[in-house]
Amino acid sequence: MNLEKEVSIVLGGAAGQGIQTIEESLTKILKLSGYNVFATKEYMSRVRGGINTTEIVISSEKQRSFLKRIDLLVTFKKGVLNHLKDRISENTIILGEKENIDEEFINNKNIIDIPIQEISKNIGNVLFSNTVGSGIILGIFDCDLELFNKYLEDKFSKKGKEIVDKNIEAAEKGYELGKKILKDLDLSLNIKKNEKINNEIILSGTEAVALGAAKAGCNFVSFYPMTPSTGVSTFLATHSKDLGIIVEQVEDEISAINMAIGAGYAGARSLVTTSGGGFSLMCEAVSLSGMTETPVVIYLAQRPGPSTGLPTRTAQGDLELALYSGHGEFPKIIYAPGKIEEAHKISQIAFNMADKYQVPVFVLSDEYLADTYYNLSDNELETLKKENNVVKTSLDYKRYELNENIVSKRGIPEYGEGIVLACGNEHDEFGDITEDIDLINKMTEKRNKKLDLIKKEAIEPEFIGNETYKNLIVSWGSTFYLIKDALEKLNLKDTAFLHFNQVYPISDSAEKYLKNAEKVINIELNYTGQLGKLLKREFGIEMNDSILKYDGRVFAVEEIIEKIEKVLRE
Amino acid sequence: MENSLFQRTEKLDISWCPGCGNFAIKASLSNALTELNLKPENVAIISGIGQAGKMPHYIKVNGFHTLHGRAIPAATAVKATNPNLTVIAEGGDGDMYAEGGNHLIHAIRRNPNITVLIHNNQIYGLTKGQASPTTLISTKTPTQPWGVFEEPLNPIALAISLNASFVARTFSGNLEKTKEIIIKAINHKGLSIVDIFHPCPSFNKLNTLQWYKENTYFLEDHDVTNRKKAFEKSLETEKYPLGIFYTCEKPVFEEVVPPYISEKTPIWKREPNLEKIEEIINLKRS
Repeated sequence: MNLEKEVSIVLGGAAGQGIQTIEESLTKILKLSGYNVFATKEYMSRVRGGINTTEIVISSEKQRSFLKRIDLLVTFKKGVLNHLKDRISENTIILGEKENIDEEFINNKNIIDIPIQEISKNIGNVLFSNTVGSGIILGIFDCDLELFNKYLEDKFSKKGKEIVDKNIEAAEKGYELGKKILKDLDLSLNIKKNEKINNEIILSGTEAVALGAAKAGCNFVSFYPMTPSTGVSTFLATHSKDLGIIVEQVEDEISAINMAIGAGYAGARSLVTTSGGGFSLMCEAVSLSGMTETPVVIYLAQRPGPSTGLPTRTAQGDLELALYSGHGEFPKIIYAPGKIEEAHKISQIAFNMADKYQVPVFVLSDEYLADTYYNLSDNELETLKKENNVVKTSLDYKRYELNENIVSKRGIPEYGEGIVLACGNEHDEFGDITEDIDLINKMTEKRNKKLDLIKKEAIEPEFIGNETYKNLIVSWGSTFYLIKDALEKLNLKDTAFLHFNQVYPISDSAEKYLKNAEKVINIELNYTGQLGKLLKREFGIEMNDSILKYDGRVFAVEEIIEKIEKVLRE
Repeated sequence: MENSLFQRTEKLDISWCPGCGNFAIKASLSNALTELNLKPENVAIISGIGQAGKMPHYIKVNGFHTLHGRAIPAATAVKATNPNLTVIAEGGDGDMYAEGGNHLIHAIRRNPNITVLIHNNQIYGLTKGQASPTTLISTKTPTQPWGVFEEPLNPIALAISLNASFVARTFSGNLEKTKEIIIKAINHKGLSIVDIFHPCPSFNKLNTLQWYKENTYFLEDHDVTNRKKAFEKSLETEKYPLGIFYTCEKPVFEEVVPPYISEKTPIWKREPNLEKIEEIINLKRS
């Protein structure tokens, strides 16, 4: 059997069995061994039991999208094979003990009975199964066992020498077994290792956003925990002392965003992290940010709703929620990074833009992007300059001064001699409440005109394909690589791809791409085609076809290929 | 008399009704700030909604007029962002006890060094006379025409039960005592809660200036460190005690959050630590 260029490995077990630990150790060691790695997981909303799986793709060239295909499947629990039956083909090699194989697969010719539990028990505890499992994969892929041993030493040194030694023993037993499997199956592996990769950086979407925020000078984070957004706050909390960031878990989402806005008023660069249900509670304060012209960055990691929906699954269902959030009219900015490297860059842009235009800024992510990892080279992780726009006030300072500048200069308390009065009611130049008709008009215009300036700075959508296209696929957010890879595999000369990293306001440059197409097809992880509707609103262009998915699972590359082919045949 | 340093010099269109207790509270507050030798630019009043919420517009200090009930979270963050500021959160009984009740509870737990002034006239004034969480049982209002059924919230007992670090009640009619209590509240390190009874001549026909005079008294010889005794006092309703009920020392939010443990520079003044960020990124290589 041949495993060429890219291998998709899936590990499945119950929550609490340590699948996440395997994911972490394997991606690290495979990367250190010189392989490109990609990992993404799907999990249930529970702490123990159920079935969680992780896909790890090892490849010669950078491969950054979820594949439906499974080349190598390791099961740690009965039920995993049934859970994955749509993804198992006759070529899938299944590693697992008999007791972890579901009845309908028992006669599958590709099952390799491996005594993971027996080995672990012999070493002393069934808990070593994770390490044995990781060892097997590392053995099959001819990785450096020493790297794994060192990893185990670092990880378990606090627990004492005995635990370290037993883990190393488990790793060695697994590794030998992996080598044996490789030989017994006569597997031919053809995945290139590249020495440069071992020095690359592995980041998840979550970490990329958190590190981007830190680079942009984020120094105040308030949040109420909600999957899948919490990771950003957790990451920043871990480093809060070193980075000088206050990270406070507060009583509710309402408090979270009002704190962030208060911090912004006082001169902090503040962030709130949340998901749909939590964000619903924050909408009133988005409006406060708009009216008082106080910057705030909102990291909104989407998951399926409505209500508490599917807490651990993925979706792109909250574009309209963000777009129309907050009562009244005021500008806002919505970014939707499609890649981990882009999430890192955009989270920096978000803070600069919030500061520059004094508006609420969204970074729309989702569970898939948040929980996906891959290796990145240094030049993929950009560091942008932190732009400071706060001014030192004079005695006659007016927070909302009306002059030729659309954006009034933002002072903060105690920086200069002036008084800074921000007001959520309609206000005059100083910040006092007003009901004066002339002032109401001027202030409304001043706030809303910012959108024209913001639009000029909008990130242009990314166009991929030949200029002479007939069909144009449009998408936003985390589906970027999935669609890009699908289109590469389809190799259609007349189909191009336009990806939106900023969904509001949309760059005018999008219009020509849309108008040049005979057929525009949107691909989204929602039921109503929210980007499609927004493009119609902005440019008067109807989608000719829609490829939509709303079962809480991300598209697989193969699925997109199939759906694009079907749509184009019609 | 109100001191001039915190007086707005321009002509203001003050929307409080004639005879409103807010005027007296404003005078006591300005005088307290003056006696504390503070400068307008070093003080920030963060307010909610309602007539009390308009305080930042009538007094010369930094101000942020936020949303209904949300003054405390915003004020907590202002103080944490710039601990050098004297931060006052101000609002009415609807603001702090109804919409913002949850925030008050958790602010007591968090204990930021801010002063919370609650204008408690036991009615909703700006929305024209509905019951508030402190309206007394049987009071008839346009929206409770058969009289209020719900037991009024006892903010003093609530705060003491949560071991709030400074709990006081005063009455706007006594400018001097109110000023003194505000001074002590601002000087206290930690969250200070000052419930301020004041009449609403337009909508509260029961709790009038005269009523407050007859139904309140200032505590004397009261040990503010005795929590049990303070709690007992807080339950008195035949005549409502005024004064400082309880104080204690507790760790202060903006002093115990990691960025301030060893470094005192306000976070708003700090630049991102790119070297540390690189170090963290480098850990992701191995």
